[in-house]
Amino acid sequence: MSERAQKLLDYADDELILGWRDSEWTGIAPSLEEDVAFSSIAQNEIGHARALYELAARELDTDADALAFDRSPDEYRCAPLVQQRRMDWAHTIARHWLYECADEIRLAALKESDDEELAGLAAKMDREETYHRLHAQMWADRLRGNERFEEAVRELWPYALAVLDEPLRPRLAERTGLSDVSGFQPQTQRGTVTDDLRRLWEEMTMVRRSVAGATW
Amino acid sequence: MIFEVFRQEKKGAAFAHAGSVEAPNAEFAKAFAHEQYGRRQESVALWVVPRDAICEVHEFYDELGKTYHRVDGYSLKAKLKEARERAGTEAS
Repeated sequence: MSERAQKLLDYADDELILGWRDSEWTGIAPSLEEDVAFSSIAQNEIGHARALYELAARELDTDADALAFDRSPDEYRCAPLVQQRRMDWAHTIARHWLYECADEIRLAALKESDDEELAGLAAKMDREETYHRLHAQMWADRLRGNERFEEAVRELWPYALAVLDEPLRPRLAERTGLSDVSGFQPQTQRGTVTDDLRRLWEEMTMVRRSVAGATW
Repeated sequence: MIFEVFRQEKKGAAFAHAGSVEAPNAEFAKAFAHEQYGRRQESVALWVVPRDAICEVHEFYDELGKTYHRVDGYSLKAKLKEARERAGTEAS
């Protein structure tokens, strides 16, 4: 697989699985308004995943659905940060905020890419992500100083670092004002497939596997 | 806190009441309104206003039945018909 296709899959898997995890809040968010907002954000992320899978699919001569649902769990490339099953609201916001901060840095780098197709898609995604960032920042500001939230941020920080390629990590430390990149831990590394992801995969691909090869 | 949301469907159009959102402050209200009334490209702009900031006016008396103040208070249709008959012309 080309480096480009691999990069696209890394990113698409992050967005698909985070979208899936965020959608676990649909119907049970702390308020109705937040329910609608967070579900909408979750849907956007899955939309971004689709666009990224489509680019990868053209190169790999397959389609977006096959990439999203027909691979084995071990082939998924998402960062362990997004794999973790639904947590309490403090952790969810900590993950949301850390991920959006990291994603902002990743998107900014992609927008500068020589690959016009990829740079163009990054610019489109960034317009939606702007609102995700506002939402994440607004919640992070509101929960700042709350012990549960601060603890969640500390716990997830090494996972957030692993969302980015190594050269970009210092920017995340700068953006979030958190400790330097020495917080990085190998078990948080992209390519690690956790039990949470395996369980999610079972559920996520259940319908599609039930009638393999069907046209829906 | 309740915020009323007004949305503009296209540039230059009048803002119309869309609904309301409940939020702890204006910042959250804007974010919630953005997702509830804008995520399907149905709006180009929103006004998000604390409900308390809206001044309501309810009483409109018309004790003396001054219907001539109203657009529909003075029917021209019948009068036009009469005039046409007098002039011997048909409505075109």
